Amino acid sequence: MVIQCSVIFAFLALGELLVYLTGAPIPSSIIGMILLTCSLQAGIVKERWVDRLSDFLVKNLGFFFVPAGVGLLRCLDIIKAQWLPIVMATLVSTVLIIAVTGWVHQLARRTGKHFSKK
Amino acid sequence: MAFLENKFFLIALTFIIYLGAQWLQRRLRVTLLNPILITITLLIVYLIATDIDYDTYREGGDYIDFWLKPAVVALGLPLYRQLKTIKKQLMPIILAELAGCVIGIVSVVVTAELFGATRDVIVSLAPKAVTTPIAIEIAQTMNGIPPLTAAVVVVTGILGNLAGFQIASLSRVKSPIAGGLSIGTASHAVGTAAAMTRSERWGAFSSLGLTLNGLLTALLAPLLLPLLGY
Repeated sequence: MVIQCSVIFAFLALGELLVYLTGAPIPSSIIGMILLTCSLQAGIVKERWVDRLSDFLVKNLGFFFVPAGVGLLRCLDIIKAQWLPIVMATLVSTVLIIAVTGWVHQLARRTGKHFSKK
Repeated sequence: MAFLENKFFLIALTFIIYLGAQWLQRRLRVTLLNPILITITLLIVYLIATDIDYDTYREGGDYIDFWLKPAVVALGLPLYRQLKTIKKQLMPIILAELAGCVIGIVSVVVTAELFGATRDVIVSLAPKAVTTPIAIEIAQTMNGIPPLTAAVVVVTGILGNLAGFQIASLSRVKSPIAGGLSIGTASHAVGTAAAMTRSERWGAFSSLGLTLNGLLTALLAPLLLPLLGY
């Protein structure tokens, strides 16, 4: 477990370092994730060094969002005053994003296959 | 009763409510009984009833919140396992992400406007599909209300988590690649948590969706919002 924690936190720290050095408006965790993928691909990091902790964290991802969600408590007044636009915008756009992203991917893939056959 | 705001008690309470909610969902198989949603709701009710403020809860909650960042790093592993497929479909993936990112921002702004939201609420909602740190960054630079953004980001995630599969299949998004990608694009890591339970392939593409939409939104939202008049 010590290896597992070392690797995951090393990549997170690396992400923090890059954000610190470049001032990029990208979360350190996302940079750490991309670097971890690249290092696994390059063979610098072995899958068995991270698999147990990664699988545990990924499986429980939803739980870690609970405290942030409880933060809703801080803006109950705004939500009470404008609940309709907030709810509608969230619903409509979530449905549209899922449909449009999926459609474009399926369409682009079919078109790509069509052209590569010719 | 000062004990009711003891941070270890609050952490234990969060775990136990979540555990109970998971058990309840497994027993009753009702998607609306989403464990994240139930836990957040019950904790809010508890804090209001005991008159404990959010900052006090955060003293315990921070220890749970802390694991969010390493958990996002950990998504690099399932992503690596799918890297071959990603390389093969690079073009369709990029096109899908561009479309999802733009439609996401535009549809939020237009719908919120239509139902009469104020300017600060609209810009707070605009980046709601992506992961919290990026969304908050955008809300801040656009003079929105960061706590509202944080809350709506989580609610959006829960929506994708509990209804993402239904929305995908109703709109005939069938393949694990297109489906995973779209759930991650629409509802970041909370949606990805649901995609992971379906299969690692769904989950990996959902991770890819949340990453690409996070990056694209960070780049495009500051350009798109002024075009929409904000």
